[in-house]
Amino acid sequence: MMRSKTAAAPFALWMTLFTVIPLGIVLWFAFTDEQGQFTLSNLSSIGEYAGTFGLSIFLGAIATVICLVLAFPLAFTISRAKGRKQQTMVMIIMLPMWMNFLLRTYAWMSLLENNGFINQFLRVIGVLADGQSVSLINTNGAIVLGMVYNFLPFMVLPLYSVMVKIDNSVIEAAQDLGSNVFQVFGRVVLPLSLPGMLSGITMVFVPAVSTFVITKLLGGSKTLMIGDAIETMFIGQGANYHVGATLSLVLMVLILVCMAITGMVDKEGEGDAA
Amino acid sequence: MKTLSRVYNGIIFAFLYAPILVLIIFSFNDSKSRVVWNGFSLRWYEALFQNDEILSALWVTLSIAIVATIVSTIIGTAAAIGIRSVNSKLRRVLLAFNNLPMVNPEIVTGIALMLLFVFIYRTTGLLQPGYFTLLLSHITFCIPYVVLQVMPKLRQLDPHLYEAAVDLGCRPFTAFIRAVLPQIMPGIITGALMAFTMSLDDFVISLFTSGESAQNLSVTIYAMVKRRVTPEINTLSTLMFGAVLIMLILVNVMQIRSAPKDKRRSS
Amino acid sequence: MQTTKEIIKLKDITVSSDGEQVLSGLDLNISDGEFVTLLGPSGCGKTTTLRIIGGFVTPDSGSVFFDGKDMAKLPPYKRPVNTIFQRYALFPHLNVQDNVAFGMRVQGKKKTEIRETVDRMLKLVNLVGFNERRIDTLSGGQQQRVAIARALANNPRVLLLDEPLAALDLKLRKDMQAELKNIQKSLGITFIYVTHDQEEALSMSDTVVVMDAGRIQQIGTPQDIYNEPKNAFVADFIGESNILDGIMHEDYLVEFFGRKFPCLDTGFDKDEPVDVVIRPEDIDIVPANQGHLTGTVTAVTFKGVHFETIVDFKGFKWMIQTTDYYPVDSIIGIVLNPEDIHIMKKSEYSDMFGDYSSYSDEFDELGNPEVDLTEDTAAEVEE
Repeated sequence: MMRSKTAAAPFALWMTLFTVIPLGIVLWFAFTDEQGQFTLSNLSSIGEYAGTFGLSIFLGAIATVICLVLAFPLAFTISRAKGRKQQTMVMIIMLPMWMNFLLRTYAWMSLLENNGFINQFLRVIGVLADGQSVSLINTNGAIVLGMVYNFLPFMVLPLYSVMVKIDNSVIEAAQDLGSNVFQVFGRVVLPLSLPGMLSGITMVFVPAVSTFVITKLLGGSKTLMIGDAIETMFIGQGANYHVGATLSLVLMVLILVCMAITGMVDKEGEGDAA
Repeated sequence: MKTLSRVYNGIIFAFLYAPILVLIIFSFNDSKSRVVWNGFSLRWYEALFQNDEILSALWVTLSIAIVATIVSTIIGTAAAIGIRSVNSKLRRVLLAFNNLPMVNPEIVTGIALMLLFVFIYRTTGLLQPGYFTLLLSHITFCIPYVVLQVMPKLRQLDPHLYEAAVDLGCRPFTAFIRAVLPQIMPGIITGALMAFTMSLDDFVISLFTSGESAQNLSVTIYAMVKRRVTPEINTLSTLMFGAVLIMLILVNVMQIRSAPKDKRRSS
Repeated sequence: MQTTKEIIKLKDITVSSDGEQVLSGLDLNISDGEFVTLLGPSGCGKTTTLRIIGGFVTPDSGSVFFDGKDMAKLPPYKRPVNTIFQRYALFPHLNVQDNVAFGMRVQGKKKTEIRETVDRMLKLVNLVGFNERRIDTLSGGQQQRVAIARALANNPRVLLLDEPLAALDLKLRKDMQAELKNIQKSLGITFIYVTHDQEEALSMSDTVVVMDAGRIQQIGTPQDIYNEPKNAFVADFIGESNILDGIMHEDYLVEFFGRKFPCLDTGFDKDEPVDVVIRPEDIDIVPANQGHLTGTVTAVTFKGVHFETIVDFKGFKWMIQTTDYYPVDSIIGIVLNPEDIHIMKKSEYSDMFGDYSSYSDEFDELGNPEVDLTEDTAAEVEE
């Protein structure tokens, strides 16, 4: 057997230097003040961000659930398609990711603005009177839409990659044993897709909770999510690395907790998935 | 059921492509407006090639993506081999290292790297935020993608292939190059492509680790969003999107030509 | 064969993996030009032994000599041996001729020589005209042939074969057995062959090495191994056998089932407890009143050439292979001639085999693993 332990040495060194040590430094900043003295004051000042954290988790969770609901049937139909068609559909899902993330989000502004295409369209078909408009942009809804739009592929792809391994004969066996469409989904497809669901949830929830671009572009300035709070602590005037590091630390812990809860809920749900 | 799923997929695809379509169409607009159509024009494509800010950002983005892909592919491939060689305890630690940047929010990875560079700069005067720190950061978040793509290929590999090459007279490194590398190449290529894509598109980590001296496209666009987005940016994105599209079609055509194997499998 | 010189010598080899002894104190001498088979159940250490010779496993202690020279420090790529791997390990990215030419290219041989050797090798394995074929378009048997050609193209002194036919179906396996034997004879090189299939071992080998639990149980010609098994393990593993407890009263006289039988064995202590082996095909069935022993038929299976008849003698079930049919519940007698009885010393394997009470074909198959994966991976851990 081919073996070479030394082959991992550059990797181990690199990852220690650029992921482990930096996290240590975050920890150090979180528990020190400007003079480098140990302090817990950063941590106690986090209290005023409770609302920000709450809103972030709330919006992130909604976006994740919507992504899951939208992606599940899509991923399943892709996984049942014939070879070439399947490849093409996967490509269609992945292609938008090659367009710059900021520009894609920016393009939504053109659609959602008071003078944007959606309002223009509504005026043309007469739902709205001239000069009237529905306020779509600068709402929490617009933020969730931006999240769903940007992160939907991250839910579809892991779901697809587990579903494609589900053999058609398994589904046929379930039908043969008397399951209807819903029972096939609930008792066979859903439990077998669980690993993909879990990684999809992680891949959507984590960037959604911590985003700050989508909030800035689609949410206007009034909505402040935790990502925005962290960004202002590191960039521009009024930066405070110590508070920023503490916020990041709390964000990490919160995400870990959320992931742990998801893992547990999913394990419990497995039994009575139908 | 079939038409239902077709309609459903159609709606999702429309949702995914609507903003991109708007962006592409308005890159040909004769005015600066991004909601009012003033007629077809290529003026923004001409303007693009005179916009130094965008062109230098493009250069930074591309050169960083290429270098980061090469370095991370080498380190990541070697790492995958090494991770398979060590005992299970050490393997778990190394895999945890690998997963850190994958599960951590990007913003946390970004500020952690930023604090590292700030720390080094303050204590030693080295690594002033700029091109080099940006490159180091990109290599860091690219490596895990390569590792995760190469590992399964190594797992599927017939362990006797390497032994057969050694048995037939190859020294260990030659045996790796001649017998193992061709088998894991698909994983390495996928990993490299993912690394390249991630680097090209990265914004969050780049924002925190690049300095004034070197900004990639995403960071430049972010700065523009705060002031005003010039339509040249739309033209650049359209061009890049077109390039990717052409590349993908070419790859697909090549796959169809050399696909007797796939055909047999699906039938 | 006995007069030819020794080519490989393993001396006091010990290998352990994860605290488990894979090989303990193994000694083995192999003569030049011999067809040697390492035979044993999965996990017996046969593949590990082969991998030690190939250089893929380094023993914890003991030495390996090739032509009288210590090979311990020699890496696999410098050893004058080549291996045919369990599932061939052909390079999927190369076509047939590039696979066969692989070793010669590594050595930097001339192009004309390479082409010539490739053609000669493909002819040898009956694959003329397959030069440009892709590996994944070949059948299992054809892949097997490419693997043989590839290994032989390197002109090895010794060819190591690790269960090379395990993945083939029965008919093809038989054909390949004959072909391998022919190739070995015509080239005159040493073959060391690992298998768990006793029939394969008996029909191909000059010498059979029976192994179990990391030790060699017996070395001998196929006839020796079959006719004169050294202990209950060998007797049971090679062919079918009824193994009973007996007492050796004196030379040429053994007692079992309360009855004394004349036999051909000597050299035991007076009244020494022994294992008695009687092969199912050596037993003659006679009417009940004329037999040395009488028993009741409990099961009969038709096997084509013969009937496999299970007979109960005082609660101990024997297998008898006979061309005559005796229905279940019939009472029969048997006659045992001195040459049908073989006496073995008691060993750790005594009382483990020989009774056919729980015998069934299917059971036999289940317990017969087709590949030695466990052994293989166990050996990999060392390095």
